[in-house]
Amino acid sequence: MLEVRQLTRSFGDFSLQNISFTVERGDYFVILGLSGAGKSLLLELLAGLELPDSGQILLNGKDITREKIQRRPFGLVFQDLAIFPHLSVRANIAYSLNKREGKATAGQEKLTAITRDLGIRHLLDRRPETLSGGELQRVALARVLVHDPEILLLDEPLASIDVSLKAGIRSLLRKLHRNGQTIIHVTHDEEEAVSLAGKIAVIQDGAIIQQGTPGEVFSKPGSPFVARFAGHPNFFTPRLEADPESGKPLVRLSNALTINIPPTMLRGKICLIIDPAAIRLFAEKPPAGENVFQAMIREIYPSRQGLEILLDAGIPLLVKYPDAKLPEGIVREGDTVWAMIAGNGILCYQD
Amino acid sequence: MALSVRKYSGFDLLIIFLSGLVLLFIVAPLLGMLLRTTPGQLFEVSGKPEVMHSIVLTLGVSFSATLVFAVAAVPFAYFLARRTFHGRRLVNGLVDLPIVIPHTAAGIAMLGFISRESVTGKAASLLGLELVGRPAGIALAMAFVSLPFLINAARDGFASVPVRYEKAALNLGASPFRVFITIALPLAWKQILSGLVLMFARGMSEFGAVVIVAYHPMVTPVLVYEWFGAYGLRYARPAAVLFMLIALAFFIVLRLLTHRRHHA
Repeated sequence: MLEVRQLTRSFGDFSLQNISFTVERGDYFVILGLSGAGKSLLLELLAGLELPDSGQILLNGKDITREKIQRRPFGLVFQDLAIFPHLSVRANIAYSLNKREGKATAGQEKLTAITRDLGIRHLLDRRPETLSGGELQRVALARVLVHDPEILLLDEPLASIDVSLKAGIRSLLRKLHRNGQTIIHVTHDEEEAVSLAGKIAVIQDGAIIQQGTPGEVFSKPGSPFVARFAGHPNFFTPRLEADPESGKPLVRLSNALTINIPPTMLRGKICLIIDPAAIRLFAEKPPAGENVFQAMIREIYPSRQGLEILLDAGIPLLVKYPDAKLPEGIVREGDTVWAMIAGNGILCYQD
Repeated sequence: MALSVRKYSGFDLLIIFLSGLVLLFIVAPLLGMLLRTTPGQLFEVSGKPEVMHSIVLTLGVSFSATLVFAVAAVPFAYFLARRTFHGRRLVNGLVDLPIVIPHTAAGIAMLGFISRESVTGKAASLLGLELVGRPAGIALAMAFVSLPFLINAARDGFASVPVRYEKAALNLGASPFRVFITIALPLAWKQILSGLVLMFARGMSEFGAVVIVAYHPMVTPVLVYEWFGAYGLRYARPAAVLFMLIALAFFIVLRLLTHRRHHA
């Protein structure tokens, strides 16, 4: 079990602050964040390439915060792979086997098994510069696996790979994980995170802002940043108020826009997600219904799933029309229209 | 055709003229010396035992000095390339010192360092090693003035190796020594090799420091000087040409090595 406590490291203007998380044996732990969020630095601290200013790294209860790189049982696959350019593929992969192990049958068998599993057996006598990005990625993976790492550290392992090869590497990683390999995987791609992670930590500006299972993190994001990763464009953290007339709960999103929400036990600061497909537009004021408001059309643009309309209702709101057909009378950017939010399109939860 | 002819400005012409002068200055004396020496004279001088002895001595001593000092200088260059520490600039400056001080002064300093009265000299003679007037002393004088060339080349070579490779190797469980031998050294090898050739070439052509430490046994630069003093220009020239051709051969090898690096 890996336990990271309050890890802090400054680097000029940038700093990682109070990073804490726990990775159990056999976990697939994904650290999700934009580039420059400090993900790679975090892996380098774990692997010992850099030392933290403060904080602790405990592996199975033992403090390894200042342990030498070569003594840590972590296999790091660098984002740029760092394949040794002067060595053959075979010598790269066998690097961690010492002379005796390399010649012994056990070492050779391990090398054979791993390269066969990764489908790179035929590349063993090639030079690294003759390999494609996907092949190099597998060589880098094989090289650390031969060393039997207790925890595999992956720095954007799919970033430099053609889309067509990504699925292959992903299923490879899943298979490794199924065989019991503990993995910490750093990425900026939420799809990658969802498809692989058992647990996710979202990192922003050097701090972990949310962690949990992908389900927890993505269905109930706690910040606009996570909401964007989770694919919720209409995410708000408004205050809960009571309707002065009816006493029903409502939230104020802007001067022009208040939204009635279903009766709730929530209080204080809440998170509100409005499904873009639950907002319908009308040229004339609809005769009845809750949550009807006026807004201006800022932009209309086509997307993979029909049309997307950006509304200005004092705050920006995204509307999706999956059938790519707008109601009659709504055609132009700049028009003022009526909008209505269907009750089941509003998700409200405590932060 | 008319398109490919560029018009030269007055400044271009001036630069071309000055460049020509500089090149001529380098080539003309050497070429003159070469042209005034007949193959017969070269053949004759290469048959003289004292000339061949001195050339073998010069090459052998410089080669040994280079190899022996490389054992310490290459790791030192690695240290300079990889570590930041207080006074690193000072240390880098100290390394360059032998290049800037007059070589006769270097010779005087070296003689004081290894003379029988000095601590080093006493320690050496306890081990049965005489330094002054011996090949070992010549090697020390050569190394003193030529070491900076090796250290600088090797340091630049190591600095050009991405640290990530070394960290990746450490991450794979290799010891720092193994990382040095299997990663840093091979990846910086071309530059280290050209540093070795440069040190060797510089060492064998050294006169000023060597002549003070050991007039005898005679290295070729000292021999050429003595012949010039005793018998004059015409007599000394063939030996000088022979030695120059040998030095040139090494210089060409060096250029080929560094050239090959770009294709590797």
